[in-house]
Amino acid sequence: MEEQFVNIDGKPVLIEGEKNLLELIRKAGVDIPTFCYHSELSAYGACRLCIVDIEGMGIVTSCSTLPRGGMVVKTYTPEIRETRKMTVELLLADHDMRCPTCGKNGTCQLQALARRMGIRDIRFKPTRKPLPVDNSTFSLVRDPNRCVLCGDCVRVCAEIQGIGAIDFANRGAQVTVTPAFGKNLDEVDCVYCGQCARVCPTGAITPKSEVEAVWNDIHDAKKTVVAQIAPAVRVAVGEAFGLEPGTVATGKLVAALRAIGFDKVYDTSFTADLTIFEEAGEFLQRFASGEDMPQFTSCCPAWVKFAEQNCPDLLENLSSCKSPQQMFGALAKDVLPSDLNVEREQLSVVSIMPCTAKKYEAKLGKFERKGMPDVDHVLTTQELARMIVEAGIDFNLLEPDSLDMPFGFKTGAGVLFGASGGVSEAVLRYAVETVEGRKPASIDFHAVRGAAGIREATVELGGKPLRLAVVHGLANAKAVVEKVRSGESNYDFIEVMACPGGCINGAGQPVYSDSKVRDKRTAGIYAADKQLDVHCSQENPYIHRTYAEVLGEVGGDTAHRLLHTGYQNRRRLNHAEMALHQGEHTDRVNVTVCVGTSCHVKGAQKLLSKLIRYVGDKNWGQYVDIKATFCMEACDRGPTVNVAGIEINHCTMDKATEVLDAEVGKLLATVEVRAGKAGYVTLQDFEKQTAAGILRFLETLSQDKGCAGCQPGPNGCGCEH
Amino acid sequence: MIAETCDLESVAQCYDKAAKACTRRIIICAGTGCVANGSLRVHSAFVRAIRERGLAVDTVLRAEGEGFDDAEAKTLVTKSGCQGFCQMGPLVSVEPDGILYCRVKPEDVAEIVEQTLILQEPVERLLYTDQTTGRHCHGTNDIDFYARQRRTVLKECGTLDPENIREYIGHGGYKAAQKAYTEMTDEQVCRELIDSGLRGRGGGGFPTGKKWDLTRIQPKGKKYIICNGDEGDPGAFMDRSVMEGNPHSVLEGMMIAARAVGADEGYIYVRAEYPLAVERVRKAVDDALAMGILGDDLFGTGESLYLHVMEGAGAFVCGEETALMSSIEGKRGMPSPKPPFPAQSGLWGKPTVINNVETLASVPLILRNGAAWFRSVGTQTSPGTKTFALTGHVVNTGLIEVPFGTTLREIIYNIGGGITDQEGVVLEDGFKAVQIGGPSGGCLTKDHLDLPLDFDSLRSVGAMVGSGGLVAMNNKTCMVKIARFFMQFTQNESCGKCVPCREGTKQMLALLDDIIEGRATKETLDLLERLARTVQRASLCGLGKTAPSPVLSTLRHFREEYEAHVFEKRCPTGNCKDLADFRILAGTCMGCGKCLAACPVGAISGEARQPHTIDTGKCIKCGACLATCTWNAVVRG
Amino acid sequence: MAIVEDTRTAPVRSPFDALCAILERHHHNPAKLIPILQEIQHEYKYLPEDVLAYTAVALGLSPAQVYGVASFYAHFTLKPKGKYQVRLCDGTACHVKGTPPILAAVREALELPDGRDTTPDMLFTVETVSCLGACGLAPAMVINDEVHGLLTPDKAVELIDTIREREGVL
Repeated sequence: MEEQFVNIDGKPVLIEGEKNLLELIRKAGVDIPTFCYHSELSAYGACRLCIVDIEGMGIVTSCSTLPRGGMVVKTYTPEIRETRKMTVELLLADHDMRCPTCGKNGTCQLQALARRMGIRDIRFKPTRKPLPVDNSTFSLVRDPNRCVLCGDCVRVCAEIQGIGAIDFANRGAQVTVTPAFGKNLDEVDCVYCGQCARVCPTGAITPKSEVEAVWNDIHDAKKTVVAQIAPAVRVAVGEAFGLEPGTVATGKLVAALRAIGFDKVYDTSFTADLTIFEEAGEFLQRFASGEDMPQFTSCCPAWVKFAEQNCPDLLENLSSCKSPQQMFGALAKDVLPSDLNVEREQLSVVSIMPCTAKKYEAKLGKFERKGMPDVDHVLTTQELARMIVEAGIDFNLLEPDSLDMPFGFKTGAGVLFGASGGVSEAVLRYAVETVEGRKPASIDFHAVRGAAGIREATVELGGKPLRLAVVHGLANAKAVVEKVRSGESNYDFIEVMACPGGCINGAGQPVYSDSKVRDKRTAGIYAADKQLDVHCSQENPYIHRTYAEVLGEVGGDTAHRLLHTGYQNRRRLNHAEMALHQGEHTDRVNVTVCVGTSCHVKGAQKLLSKLIRYVGDKNWGQYVDIKATFCMEACDRGPTVNVAGIEINHCTMDKATEVLDAEVGKLLATVEVRAGKAGYVTLQDFEKQTAAGILRFLETLSQDKGCAGCQPGPNGCGCEH
Repeated sequence: MIAETCDLESVAQCYDKAAKACTRRIIICAGTGCVANGSLRVHSAFVRAIRERGLAVDTVLRAEGEGFDDAEAKTLVTKSGCQGFCQMGPLVSVEPDGILYCRVKPEDVAEIVEQTLILQEPVERLLYTDQTTGRHCHGTNDIDFYARQRRTVLKECGTLDPENIREYIGHGGYKAAQKAYTEMTDEQVCRELIDSGLRGRGGGGFPTGKKWDLTRIQPKGKKYIICNGDEGDPGAFMDRSVMEGNPHSVLEGMMIAARAVGADEGYIYVRAEYPLAVERVRKAVDDALAMGILGDDLFGTGESLYLHVMEGAGAFVCGEETALMSSIEGKRGMPSPKPPFPAQSGLWGKPTVINNVETLASVPLILRNGAAWFRSVGTQTSPGTKTFALTGHVVNTGLIEVPFGTTLREIIYNIGGGITDQEGVVLEDGFKAVQIGGPSGGCLTKDHLDLPLDFDSLRSVGAMVGSGGLVAMNNKTCMVKIARFFMQFTQNESCGKCVPCREGTKQMLALLDDIIEGRATKETLDLLERLARTVQRASLCGLGKTAPSPVLSTLRHFREEYEAHVFEKRCPTGNCKDLADFRILAGTCMGCGKCLAACPVGAISGEARQPHTIDTGKCIKCGACLATCTWNAVVRG
Repeated sequence: MAIVEDTRTAPVRSPFDALCAILERHHHNPAKLIPILQEIQHEYKYLPEDVLAYTAVALGLSPAQVYGVASFYAHFTLKPKGKYQVRLCDGTACHVKGTPPILAAVREALELPDGRDTTPDMLFTVETVSCLGACGLAPAMVINDEVHGLLTPDKAVELIDTIREREGVL
């Protein structure tokens, strides 16, 4: 095909398959500002900053225009300048401008753009009415007052993660980005991956800081504070200090942590190696027996929460291994007190993570032992960089330092965990040698590397094909889960990382705008592997020593107690119940029917309808409350019905009525004893009560009559008016 | 039920026979306006009165097999869609006498039956009286409001029973669709439309045939046709009238469009504020399906077309085509960037044609009568007629249809009967401006009274045809406040997606408030104008791009009025409360001291029993003095 | 309380059944979200949060998305409305013919403070709408589905009072 050129500001620029004019102009070296454009997301066209002037077309947004040969484009005319400047001014007038105290101060694109456009004066009146800040989670802070409504977060959550925990609400000047019904993030199905924060150009969604708590521990003379550094941190932390993305800065990072005041600095890659022993061991067992296949990885807490919310049927397929962070915490809390001669209570384990979901993971009750969390605090790479700056340390002048042993020793396999495909590759390096008793021909498994959202590979293992899938982005995970459910795919091992590219692209990493950063960090991970002397987890001598001294056998009892965990079904929406009928009597039997996604699919709706009718037919209206709830977290055993505190799984109408008959029978007996006679209501009354009950519940807002708005008629609520 | 392929000819014959069996026909307007004025009660009163008089009466035209009976002469009492003269409603036409009765109440019905039906005489007092000549007008041909119009699209709205598909067929309905499917290729249909020069009546004025052709040339496969009935411009109701009055003409237009582009499925998106239109369009679709006019194997060609009616949910922005498609897909009605255009990637990513109601209703007429016929009226670049909703300070408000190229003077004075004051009294020389094209359009002034109105002439003076709202304003109207009113509207209706529209309209409103409330400076005016241009230039969709039009247009034609507000802190029409000064008329003031006591800021001074005065520097314009004065000595302005 | 014989055999029809029927009528098709919400609102008179959550689950949509759609369109209401919905047209034609004083008079008659549109007795909700398309009758107002045209403040208040009398609150 003939080469085609676009004339950009007088210079011809070759079209090389760019999907829009914006990419082409950026390739030509002109930095067009945007808020709502992300190469990985759909074009949205809302911020209007990327406007350019095309001959014959006038002013258009370059993000939504296809480059065509012969186009003549001007990127900076007086009109464009005036329009852009005014657009930024309009945004600033609607913005919470307390910039010095904003989490994004210094990395905010609105701030940068105001600086770049030379805006000194905002001619418009401030219009924003303050909205409450959502501080509900351990991972993220949502401040709608700093939102520019570019929708990047909405699209990343829906398109990349397939969740849609947040969306736009309202219209016009009232538009906000919010979880359903204006709830807080902790009440909805957010998995805390923080990709929304990663793409947010301003401080509207930011990782929650634990910097204060960590300083407190460091400055507490009685405490011994140890750090674990996640694999992905080392290839990104340097960006905060002007180093090229992907630079492996482990040595300087260790030195910085020591300078800040950490007593010991260890490596999460060590427990990544340990994870390989346990997880590959678990896998080889399943691979041999064929039970609970395929096996999904469990190192990514966002994926685990996603699975707990959406895949109740597949929780058995999740590896029972804790994540490397939690393995480290468990091991550290059990081993280090005696090694370092410190009381367990005085040992503070701080993780340095690329991730916001790790903050949530560390706070989970199941990772708390003896009343103390295994991991006390989780700092993101960003937070650590801020502490380094705060302490006045010149990162670039630091002499590289080495990690503390034994938990500072790792192999290249442990470092690979930082990139999507890394866990699979580490497993393969281990499994091939374990099963076949020989080293693989090459330890580099290129089949699992790459940037595609779903990658498949088949590797021969002990004469059997081992089918792997490497997935990043939860929307891709959802697609793979569907394929597994339908039987369309017969994978053996599935690696899932929530963030596109894996941990190197976590929400806690330094903020970047150049789309090449992700690839550079990935390259850094593979470079770090190459820099090390050993590349397979099984070659880590300290792991073997740890097994010998602490853990016993791979997959043994101690290992299980310390390194493995279980999963629970988790509801997607908290505090949501639908009161369908409320009895009038003081003593009542509570009936709750789960109508969550899983039970809904299994026919909970019909069951619920039948139960309502059954109670009506029996004339038990005043003695029974009926509610629908959006998940009882027993999804694998659904439909689930709870009658008077008794949970009935795999519930059928017969099972439900059996319990209900007994419970109402008991209640009526006591009522009869007290009143000397049974009280019944008519079916008609029951119908009225059901409808009235629904309205009453639905309308806790209304002070007076619950039946507001009801119209008299056959289906009306039938109350006084 | 899917019926056999429909034989239009035999239906038409049946209808003809049935129609001939009726000696008289009484048509009661059942458009929203007349219904609100009680026309349905008038309808039942007629049925009752005729029956009581012992005459045969029916409410539906019945063909053979449906209770057809030509044994005795019968009077048919039917409802019609909007007849346009809403202000005079309920309207009752008596055919073939050609009488139009205005403001008919149920009490009048007995007299009409007696006088007109039996004695063949008109009831003089119920005839329209020409305001200028005082003459009683017999029927529509006599009334300037009607006589000076050229009703083509609206013609059958006022006569046909919109709920009876047979009547539509009897009037030649669906023949054009049949022709398109059985005698023409898709390309020929597009060609005919291109030749006719029909331009979209929804606002932009894009050539309809070209739009179809762009969709036609897309690769074969699933395509959609959408009728945009989300008429949201305040002051416009022509689409509603067509959907209520002649829904089948819209359906037929859609069929022809579907034929032209190769679509087999379509949506009619009707604004939720139009329940009657929803009901009638739904019925029309059901009836057409039952008669085999819609559905599979259309006219025996093997082609199929299914139409769905979707009710809007209250969002003006859904009139924008990409937002409308989002809404059909069950999403927030937010526009998306174009390209891709709907013709390439529309509903669910498929090639889609979206046309406005009036455009589609014009299509069957073009196919029936030919492109040349259509071109014979109107102007070179804007052929055909256009409906306008004429409202505001004019004597005759209502729905009108005139050829493109008609002057504003003709519309306002000859059809509209001239300008009135707030109370409806005719004002000589009271014309100030009209707002044309709703919140997206602009204003026209005295200077434009003789401008022939068409797409291009209006654009050249900074206005637009838009959907065709024409709001006349008398000289008591403050143009800054009018601009503010439209700004408030677009600000409320902005979807909130793009920055210029969401934030810009909000700030424009704030700047207009500054002007109206006396806080403005030269900078305010300058910033308002610059911001307006930015919003116009940079907004994502048509709503945003045209939102500043009323401001820019009033600034262009009434700049001195803005300047009076800004520099003299004076509203020339005395409408802006905050700019009005309170004065005490020295000759009337009795010096009672009530106002002096009432003034919260001590701005009033004066000796007892001597005229008082107000210190305008201190006055906060609260109006307390005006309210307390018992002598009418305090005035504002 | 006495034992009363059940005289009816027809099954109890709960609003939940109605909700399920609506969803089934639309084949649980997420593209039909808007008509589904319209029918739910028709049934419940507004869109209760829990019903929306159930709808989201049943349609396989995220609750945030359903909330986003419900809060976008003016016709959907997330709060219960009064028995009589008074909608005053504030379209151009009505506006120039004087909607604002009518609105003020109606609100004053119903003693509605700023920021409230529904009376405490849940009898009236007062709103303005952009255009009823009854411009020929400007200024116009709709009470539930009935259009009233050519209004003055006094006439409007009179209409409200008639309803209040009928409801026995005046």
